[in-house]
Amino acid sequence: MKILKLIIRNSARHKLRSLLTVVGIAIAVLAFCILRTVVTAWYAGVDASAPDRLVTRHAVSFIFPLPYSYKEKIASIDGVETVSFANWFQGVYKDKNNFFARLAIDEETLFTVYPEYLISKEEKEAFLADRRGCIIGSGIAKEYNIKIGDKMPIEGDIYPGNWDFTVRGIYRPRDKTTDATQMFFQWTYLNETMEKNSPLRANSVGWYLVKIKDPARSAEISNKIDNLFANSKAETKSETEGAFQQGFISASGAIITAMNYLSFIIIGIIMLVLGNTMIMTARERTREYAVFRTLGFSAFHVAGLIFGESMIISGFGGALGLLLSFPIIKGIEEGMPKGFFPTFNLEPVTVILAISAALLIGVLASIFPTQRAVKTKIVDGFRFVG
Amino acid sequence: MSNSIISLVNVSKSYKRDSFNVPVLNHLSFDVESGEFLALMGPSGSGKTTLLNLIAGIDRPSSGKIEINGVDIATLSESSLAKWRANNVGFVFQFYNLLPVLTAFENVELPLLLTKLSKADRKQRVEFALSVVGLADRMSHYPKQLSGGQEQRVAIARAIVTDPTIIVADEPTGDLDKNSAVEILTLLERLNKEMKKTIIMVTHDPNAAKIAGITKHLDKGDLV
Repeated sequence: MKILKLIIRNSARHKLRSLLTVVGIAIAVLAFCILRTVVTAWYAGVDASAPDRLVTRHAVSFIFPLPYSYKEKIASIDGVETVSFANWFQGVYKDKNNFFARLAIDEETLFTVYPEYLISKEEKEAFLADRRGCIIGSGIAKEYNIKIGDKMPIEGDIYPGNWDFTVRGIYRPRDKTTDATQMFFQWTYLNETMEKNSPLRANSVGWYLVKIKDPARSAEISNKIDNLFANSKAETKSETEGAFQQGFISASGAIITAMNYLSFIIIGIIMLVLGNTMIMTARERTREYAVFRTLGFSAFHVAGLIFGESMIISGFGGALGLLLSFPIIKGIEEGMPKGFFPTFNLEPVTVILAISAALLIGVLASIFPTQRAVKTKIVDGFRFVG
Repeated sequence: MSNSIISLVNVSKSYKRDSFNVPVLNHLSFDVESGEFLALMGPSGSGKTTLLNLIAGIDRPSSGKIEINGVDIATLSESSLAKWRANNVGFVFQFYNLLPVLTAFENVELPLLLTKLSKADRKQRVEFALSVVGLADRMSHYPKQLSGGQEQRVAIARAIVTDPTIIVADEPTGDLDKNSAVEILTLLERLNKEMKKTIIMVTHDPNAAKIAGITKHLDKGDLV
């Protein structure tokens, strides 16, 4: 207890130096948490992917549509449970900066394929009963203060015209990684409009979402789907939902990888800063350590003093950085356009990594000064002039 | 029958400086009786402090034997030597070497943290040691709140709190004014006469040496 008291008092001996080091560690941990949160948010789509869902798209590019007629053919393949589909609608809701996914979906099957979108039976029935009805995620509802029954006008761009929807339901995310920032409306409404205004674009879907019975057969079923449409006008490429999401991320792979490395480089830099502080501290106290050892304290005790002080400084810095991370990441999330990331939260794994990093900084920063203090002979310690 | 508590037999010490071997003490042999007050005098570089360090077990001889209370301390391992120092030797330094973040009480208590004494027993011992040096009313003061003489008295209290058989003092009055120096020397004399402590003191000051019963002179590593 007395030794702990001594360690604490030693930590506060050079108040400004300790404070600056604590603040430095706090900023590093904060930066680490923010960068890791961005990286995690980027991968949220992959994390949220279900292993029993396949995505079938046009073999050339995601932007080319597939015939609606593929639905029954895919459904006939052994091992396929449900086939759903969606079209990227895009459009503008009030302002171009109001970014969130707007999709025309197969109203009959979407919620079967995506059980993580939680919606009441009444809302779902109301949605199915209204051709111009739409369902939005709770994130969108909160961001734009939209309630059930509200009108939601969308100005079309990929599909030109003014599209007026009525909100018939608000889905809630089942998991933390579930995207709650999407708007869904009936593909039938889109298709009927296309048949009337632009018949060549009718009866086409953006991509198929295939729920399979056994995730272990995903590769086999993907091959079967693609073989089914080989040498056709619209060949397909099928893959698991996770691989599909990963494909999106790989386009920004270099930036994400750089951010990943950067988060650890920051920790490395601050480790050197604390290491420098601890070396200076141990150097200044060389005579004191000699006194300790003269009085009968062992090298182990002296190592404990240095290690303890290093851990206290890194612990305070880490705790401060972590405490600041929660409101700052929340602020960043609120300041970002809704839908930019499906989720932007400080994940438990990031918290654990940040705590581990702070502790690791404390341990590693104390190694060299401890080694030096322990190896210095008592008589040399008394002769030392810092 | 000899009552010697310290026995040096043919003790030599040399240091390595780059590739040179620098002799500091040359084949010293002498005994110190229990309860003796020995002053070690000599010019700078004569080996006084080195000899004191060897006797106190904070340095090891290059050759020879140092027996204290029948224990050849040169043969002890580092950890055994540390325990031996904690139980047998009290240290008084020229520059006091108190920890600035601890109060007088806590500084004196420091060596007792290595013992199995209860908190109450430690408190009793610390209070007694501080009362011996006349600082019972300054227990909660930090070193910077004390004068040089008072700091040295706290250091002496720290040296006696474990009730060691030997007290080693390296120029204990070297950093003090005349009056404070007299106070400290009087205190050491009391410890020697009243508490029967064996004291070995390094000093440059002939007046300080007068208080000691025996004075040995060193010059270039030899007793003269």
